[in-house]
Amino acid sequence: MSHIPGVEVAPATTTVDPYVDELLGVQSPAHPTEGDVTIQNYTINFGPQHPAAHGVLRLVLELDGEIIERVDPHVGLLHRGTEKLIEYKTYAQALPYFDRLDYCSPMCMEHSYVLAVEKLLDIEVPLRAQYLRVFFAELTRISNHMLNLGSHVMDVGAMTPNLWLFEIREDCLNFFERASGARMHHNYMRPGGVHQDVPLKLLTDIADWLDTRLPRLFEDAISLVADNRIFKQRNVDIATVSRDDAIAWGFSGPMIRAAGIPWDLRKQQPYDVYARMDFEVPVGTRGDCYDRFMVRVEEVRQSARIMKQCLAEMPEGPIASDDRKVVPPKRSEMKRSMEALIHHFKLYTEGYHVPAGEVYVATESPKGEFGVFLVSDGTNKPYRCKIRPTAFSHLQAADFMSRGHMLADTTAILGAMDIVFGECDR
Amino acid sequence: MRAPAPAYAAAGDTIAMATRAIGAGLVDAVELVGEVQLHVHRDALVPAMIALRDTPGLEYQQLMEIAGVDYPQRAERFDVVYNLLSLTRNHRVQVHVATDEEHPIPSVTGIWPVAGWLEREVYDLYGVLFEGNKDLRRILTDYGFRGHPLRKDFPMTGYTELRYSEEEKRVVYQPVQLAQDFRTFDFLSPWEGAEYILPGDEKAKPASAAPAAASPAPAALPQDKGAPTPLSADQVRKADAEGSAKEAPKASSEPYAKTTADSTADTGKGSAEPDATPKPADPDVIPTAGKGQNQ
Repeated sequence: MSHIPGVEVAPATTTVDPYVDELLGVQSPAHPTEGDVTIQNYTINFGPQHPAAHGVLRLVLELDGEIIERVDPHVGLLHRGTEKLIEYKTYAQALPYFDRLDYCSPMCMEHSYVLAVEKLLDIEVPLRAQYLRVFFAELTRISNHMLNLGSHVMDVGAMTPNLWLFEIREDCLNFFERASGARMHHNYMRPGGVHQDVPLKLLTDIADWLDTRLPRLFEDAISLVADNRIFKQRNVDIATVSRDDAIAWGFSGPMIRAAGIPWDLRKQQPYDVYARMDFEVPVGTRGDCYDRFMVRVEEVRQSARIMKQCLAEMPEGPIASDDRKVVPPKRSEMKRSMEALIHHFKLYTEGYHVPAGEVYVATESPKGEFGVFLVSDGTNKPYRCKIRPTAFSHLQAADFMSRGHMLADTTAILGAMDIVFGECDR
Repeated sequence: MRAPAPAYAAAGDTIAMATRAIGAGLVDAVELVGEVQLHVHRDALVPAMIALRDTPGLEYQQLMEIAGVDYPQRAERFDVVYNLLSLTRNHRVQVHVATDEEHPIPSVTGIWPVAGWLEREVYDLYGVLFEGNKDLRRILTDYGFRGHPLRKDFPMTGYTELRYSEEEKRVVYQPVQLAQDFRTFDFLSPWEGAEYILPGDEKAKPASAAPAAASPAPAALPQDKGAPTPLSADQVRKADAEGSAKEAPKASSEPYAKTTADSTADTGKGSAEPDATPKPADPDVIPTAGKGQNQ
């Protein structure tokens, strides 16, 4: 570590006393290993119940003193067989499982799935529904980043910003509750649109919140850490990832952007109404933990910008496709129309049939590229639904990212990866 | 395409270029539902992947995903699907490789280190072997798990369950006991082609030859998933592309106007065009001029 200022360690060859040579670890050519202090590497277990493991991660760390030599992450402790369960459910019944993948950004998980089903069905989605989806996906991004930024800051030792950021997250969850009825497992998006329209008061409340409360709380909290010396010492130049490494290890989202590659699926492969949105993609310059943190900070500001555009441009109109073979009718219609009743009954029992095909649809979730590889055989249940988690490729890179760093840096590296095990383990 | 799915660059001459770059190892190359599928023989996988990554004009730098799919009725029952992404061309491609339980697929960990865990996952869930992966351990399932749970012949409930045993003061494994059978309800329309086997009729041979099977034929699955739709997603998309040249059908002001254009000859529903001819006038019915309660 650091030398005592003013004290120069003389070159070892000038010492006279052989005992001093031995202490300094100088080797004589005759006995090359003499004087070495042999320290055996030892292995410790980090997690699965460690608070900085962000869930149920078990890391087997091989340490040389306090330097990490090797990391072997053991995942799968939260494996619930989601993909297997989805194969036994109709397309509509499979949707709630997506909320339970990344439980910190549930709406974005639903987004990939409904887009994949819509791609197979090839149905049109009304404009208002597309705006609502983008709007809530960005609100989800804010609430996800509040959790991640706060816990990252707390993992490296600061307490206060986390509490302030949780205030914002709490606001977000309240908005979700007003839109969908649930704070965390929203089940709000549907193939063909969204489940129900939002009240006008909710939109005006969110608009007020975006103008007043969010910037005040957020900028206050970030100002405590962004230029903080201790925070920088813990994050700058920790786990640097080059562009080539980021590509070869399949990085996406803030991880690839922090490495300096301006790759954002919302910009490059726009879905829903992202093509109409005006926002910027922040990139990092050094690819270290601090860059990842700051990329997320800027993404929050850009998300707020997108949400304001949504509020300004969102048209009136239907919130779901009027294709009654996919989207069930409203309850009021169902009470009056025989045909609506039949559609309702068929859609909630048999469900809709999705034409055969194989699609891979990926969206920009707050953590990176979240993809759904959907194989349909033309029946009412998915033949195979492979979920591409963001955490899998990022966590796999933990080995080469942590190598040579101190044990205490593990928490900063994990915090900057933004891993949630509901999604990683499925 | 009408659906608001992520829009990336058009395929263009990707298939032609891939055919030239991969050569004899390419079994089939198709574009379905707007996505390019390259079916590659497993022995040629590694050179094909290097060609896809390094050929100018293909440039698929990133391996995003490896997915296994199980088709138990096929001789080579597994499909392993590699999803590649090109950052420079902004394009995605699926590379399909078929194999069975015994023949390993060459590992692509030498090309993309990210493949390590992705291959471990396919091995864990399907039992597909990868030759050259130095760390082919289980990854998602429990320590000491037996079987490959995402195979179609693996029951959804599994074989073992665990509980905390008060006598032994530890977690014990035991055969799974269900208080209630797993219930599947068959809601499929009987007139849309679901095959019901009457009790006592199991051994009877079907009179006609097997119906024309859709590409992933669901007939031989352990659990029949019901009737396939007459169209595949790609046919739907192509039909739309042709139809979109004409004006899109206007949404009717009637809330439940008939929107599907299925031929009754395909679906077997009722008579052709039941509303084509007006019904004979019934003297007892007073016409309501479209104001009936079902309007």
